[in-house]
Amino acid sequence: MAKERKRRQPADAPPPGDDDEGRDHRREKKPRKERPDPVLPSQIKNKDKRKEVHAKLKREKKAQKRKLARERGQAAQRAVELGEQPPEKLVPRTIENTREPDETVCRPDDQELFAGNDADEFNAVLKQQTTPKVLITTCRFNSGRGPAFIEELMQVIPNSCYVKRGTYELKKIVEYANHRDFTSLVVVHTNRREPDALLIINLPAGPTAHFKLSKLILRKDIKNHGNPTSHKPELVLNNFTTRLGHRVGRMIQSLFPQDPNFRGRRVVTFHNQRDYIFFRHHRRYIFEMKENKIASKDKKAKTSESKSQPEKQVICRLQECGPRFTLKLLTLQHGTFDTKNGEYEWVHKMYHQICCHTKVVIIQLPWDYTSLFLPFSPSKNLSLLAPCSSRLL
Amino acid sequence: MSDDVIWHCIRHNHCSFMAKITTGIFCRNPYNATGICNRSSCPLANSRYATIRDHDGIFYLYMKTAERAHLPNKLWERVKLPRNYEKAMEVINKHLEFWPKLLVHKIKQRLTKMTQYRIRMRKLQLKVREKVMTMPRKETQRHLRRMDKAEKAAQLEKNIESELKERLKKGVYGDIYNYPFKEFDTILEMEKDDVAPAEEEEEEEVEYVEGDDEMDDMEDIEDFGGLPDDEDDDDNDGETDEDDLSDEPVAKKPKGRGSDLRSNIGKKSKKLITEVERDDDMGTRRRTRM
Repeated sequence: MAKERKRRQPADAPPPGDDDEGRDHRREKKPRKERPDPVLPSQIKNKDKRKEVHAKLKREKKAQKRKLARERGQAAQRAVELGEQPPEKLVPRTIENTREPDETVCRPDDQELFAGNDADEFNAVLKQQTTPKVLITTCRFNSGRGPAFIEELMQVIPNSCYVKRGTYELKKIVEYANHRDFTSLVVVHTNRREPDALLIINLPAGPTAHFKLSKLILRKDIKNHGNPTSHKPELVLNNFTTRLGHRVGRMIQSLFPQDPNFRGRRVVTFHNQRDYIFFRHHRRYIFEMKENKIASKDKKAKTSESKSQPEKQVICRLQECGPRFTLKLLTLQHGTFDTKNGEYEWVHKMYHQICCHTKVVIIQLPWDYTSLFLPFSPSKNLSLLAPCSSRLL
Repeated sequence: MSDDVIWHCIRHNHCSFMAKITTGIFCRNPYNATGICNRSSCPLANSRYATIRDHDGIFYLYMKTAERAHLPNKLWERVKLPRNYEKAMEVINKHLEFWPKLLVHKIKQRLTKMTQYRIRMRKLQLKVREKVMTMPRKETQRHLRRMDKAEKAAQLEKNIESELKERLKKGVYGDIYNYPFKEFDTILEMEKDDVAPAEEEEEEEVEYVEGDDEMDDMEDIEDFGGLPDDEDDDDNDGETDEDDLSDEPVAKKPKGRGSDLRSNIGKKSKKLITEVERDDDMGTRRRTRM
C-alpha cells in the first residue's frame, strides 16, 4: 500500500514548475516526463550511478530518522517543562515482547508443578539430602582446547573430578559412576580440537541432556579476568520459565551444591534467552553505594537538587573469570544415555523455530513448545511422532 | 570344451574376471577359492571344482563336476555348512572324499579364513561406535547469528547485577554486606588525621627492621626461589584484585584490624606479616647453610 501511495502522490500533485511545463511542450516527450516515480536505485544499470543514488537515498532516510528522533526528544522536554505528562516512549519491537503468552510458563502458585518437583530425579540433590558429586569426562579423542576447558569447568563445579575416557563406552562409564555414588556425569565432546557439545547425565536414573556448545571463550582470553576461589558458588538461573525450561534449570542446578558460600562471592550464571543458555562465571561481585545519579543530573539542572540528593544507589560490580560459553539444548532424554532404545522427552527440531518474519507475532520458540514436553512418567509406547495431544495424556 | 583349451583362451587372450595389478594377477570370479588367477584355482577352466561361498553369514560348499558341465543351470551342487567349524570340516571331508588333495586343502584354508572373518564381523557389529554426522554449514551459521542477537538481547551483565542486587535486598547475604558505610568512612578519616600516624610509626618500626633483614637475605632468596616465592605471588594476586574492585567490605573482621585494613598501611602490614614468616624461614635456612 505504502508503495502505491508513494507512486501516486507525485502523480496527483503537479510536480514540475512553470518552466518545466514549458519545456515539456518544447520537447514533446510527455509520457516519459510524466513518469512520476523516483527511479529506484535497483533499476539503474550503471553501477556508479546506482551507488550514488543509493547512498543519497540512504543519507536522506538517516537524516529523516534523526530529525524525527530530535523532534520527539524536544516534545518530551517541552512537556516536562510545562509540567505535563511526557509522551509515551517508543518501545522497540523485540522477539521477547512480541512473544505469544504461553500456558506452560510456570506460575508460583502451580501446585501440580511443585508436586512434580518433589517427584523428579533432582529432588534428592536439591533438597540437600545428598551432596552433588560430578564426574567429568570427554569424548574419545580429546585435544585442542578440550583439556583447558575441562580444567576450568572443574573449577566452576565444586566436588567434580575428571576421569580419562579411554576406550570405555558411555554406558559403562554411567555404570561406573553409579557405583561410586556420583550424582551427575558431564561429557565434553570435542570436534576438530574444539569443544562442541556437552552431555549432562543425571545419575542414577535421571534425564540426559544434550547441549550444543558454542562460542567458548576460556579464561585466559578474557580481559581483566580473575581467578576463582574454591568457595561454593551461588547460582543465577534466569528465564527458565516454561515447564521444559524449569526442568533443564533444575538439572543444571543439581550440578552445584545447594549451600553456597556467600563469602566467596562467586556467582555462576545460566541465562536463557531465546533458547540459548549463556554461561558466565563471575567472582568478587561487590555492592557499592554510589551517587552517580547526582552527577548526571547536575549537568541537566542544578535547580532540582532536592530530588537528586537523598538517593544513594546500590551498584554491583563484577569481575569475570572462568569460561564463557553458550549452550543450546538439542535433546532431553528420559533415563541415562541410550541412543538406540532411549526415549526422548524433547528433541530440537528445526521447524519449531520457524518464526514468521512477515507476520511478526507468531513466534514459537521450542522452549515454549508445550506439546513436546512430557510429564515425568512417560509411558513406554509413546513415540515422538505421535500427535501431541495424545502424548501429553 | 576341454579344460586346457579354456585355460589357454582365458590366460592368453581375454578373461573378464582377470585383474592385473602390480602385486600379481588376481581373479574376480566369486567362485574362485583362492582369488589368484592360475590353472589350478580357475573356476572356469576346471571341470571339477569346489569352493565355499558366504550368503549373509551362512556358508555353502559349492561343487561342480564334469558330468554336469553341459547343464549350466545345474552346474553347481551346493551344501549348507554347519556353523560349527569342526562339523563343517567333517562335511567337507565327507563330500570331497576322493577329490584332489590340493583342492581340498585350499577349501579348508578358505573355511578357516571365512570363519575368522565372520567372528570378527560379529564382534564389530556388537561394538558401540561413534556415528559420523553431517554439520550443515547453513544451519550452524544461522545458529551463530541468532545466538549473537540473543546475546545482545540478554544484556547479561545488567541482568546478573540486577539479580544480585535483588538478592541483597532480600537479605540473602545476611550481614556480609551491611556495613555502615558512612560511619566507616568517617572513622577512617578520623584515623588518618589523628590516630593513624602513631600506629603507622609503630608499624613502620617493625617494617624497617624486617625490611633490613630481607635486604640481607636477598641473595639467598634468589638462590632458594621455590615455596616462599609462590606464597608471595598468591598474596600479590589477591591484593591487586582487591585493589581493582576496592574490596573493602569483606566479611566480618575483627574491628580493630578492619579499620587498619581500610587504609593502605593496613595492607602493607598484612603483607609484612607474611614476610616475617618467610624471613624466619629464610633465617633458619641460612643458619643451616652457614
